Amino acid sequence: MSQDILAGLADIVNEVAGIPAESVQMEKSFVDDLDVDSLSMVEVVMACEDKFGVTIPDTEVKNLNTVADAVNYIAANKA
Amino acid sequence: MIKLNTPAPTAHAGILGLGTFRPERVVTNDEICLRIDSNDEWIRERSGIIERRRASEDEHVVSMATAAARKALADAGITAEQLDLVMVATVTHRYQTPSAAVEVAAALGAVNAAATDTSAACAGFCYGLGIADGMIRSGAAKYILLIGAEKLSEIVNFEDRGTAFLFADGAGAVIIGPTDAQGIGPTIWGADGTQRDAIIMEPDIFTAEHAGTPSVLTMQGQQVFRWAVGQMGDVCAQAMAAAGVTASDLAAFVPHQANNRITDALVKQLELPEHVVIARDIQYSGNTSAASVPLALDRLRENGEVKSGDLVLMIGFGAGLVHAAQVALVP
Repeated sequence: MSQDILAGLADIVNEVAGIPAESVQMEKSFVDDLDVDSLSMVEVVMACEDKFGVTIPDTEVKNLNTVADAVNYIAANKA
Repeated sequence: MIKLNTPAPTAHAGILGLGTFRPERVVTNDEICLRIDSNDEWIRERSGIIERRRASEDEHVVSMATAAARKALADAGITAEQLDLVMVATVTHRYQTPSAAVEVAAALGAVNAAATDTSAACAGFCYGLGIADGMIRSGAAKYILLIGAEKLSEIVNFEDRGTAFLFADGAGAVIIGPTDAQGIGPTIWGADGTQRDAIIMEPDIFTAEHAGTPSVLTMQGQQVFRWAVGQMGDVCAQAMAAAGVTASDLAAFVPHQANNRITDALVKQLELPEHVVIARDIQYSGNTSAASVPLALDRLRENGEVKSGDLVLMIGFGAGLVHAAQVALVP
């Protein structure tokens, strides 16, 4: 399931921030490696909520530092 | 049962004139960065802002509003004596009472006008337009002067890297009056006070006074961004649908100049056709709250990017959280 989430997340990051989907790998940091800034991160989170049927509150967004953090959060909270 | 008379309604209302005031002093991103750990490139990327205007010490909401109003009156070709109402949308007038509007009315010589302020932050101008449209069509007023005016530099925390670069000063005014055909679409508006803390002046001004610390604007940037990007696109679509127009009828989109990134997201959601001009006045004016929509519209008109009779979509959104949107014809 994590592989599906990663692929979906990679598509979203590509759509929002123009980062090649293949660069979106588990160990990458959104800010430092992928250049996804705080506003783009909000757009990524909103798109994830739509795509995966999860709720990611603002208080949680700041804990999602790496791609793995986001994939794991989505996997754990997916309906 | 006593029967009360009502004024004779007027069929249609529209914007008759537009005028603005931009303070002279230009503040660059480099100047802002003298007090925050940031840089020009970061500010441009996050907001689109290249520079903003700042009022001088002796310029304030009333003086800027009055200057913009004089130009709007001239543009509409009416006199101050003809005004029935002066309304100022602002959150930075220095007095809780009396209102900025009474001073503006007096300065203009609007001796026949009622005068009041309206508090709807960055949505203040679009709120005012909705109120004015209804008042004119109901027959309660014939000519209304609406001004969005802000001196946000008075309440900005210049040490806060999240907001110091955003907010700025200016004023924009319109005259609303009777027209042959309807010139203002239905206003789609709302309020969500459960998010009152998202953009707020803290501490409140009375506590601040007792404590001897300034009351400054604070903003939860990500929360506001999520709300604006998540919900304002739908509000824009509702405003067009309510007026019976589509995006292809628009000449320009004039959103509150909050942040270019919000504008970008809304433009994408609305799938605006190529010919629709997008207002980007924020680049040179920053976020001027209630003044931003008329300032941005005036720049488009001045540059010849829209002309009289063109249809524009306007939306204001901000502290409250509150929002208001409508389409209107350019005067």
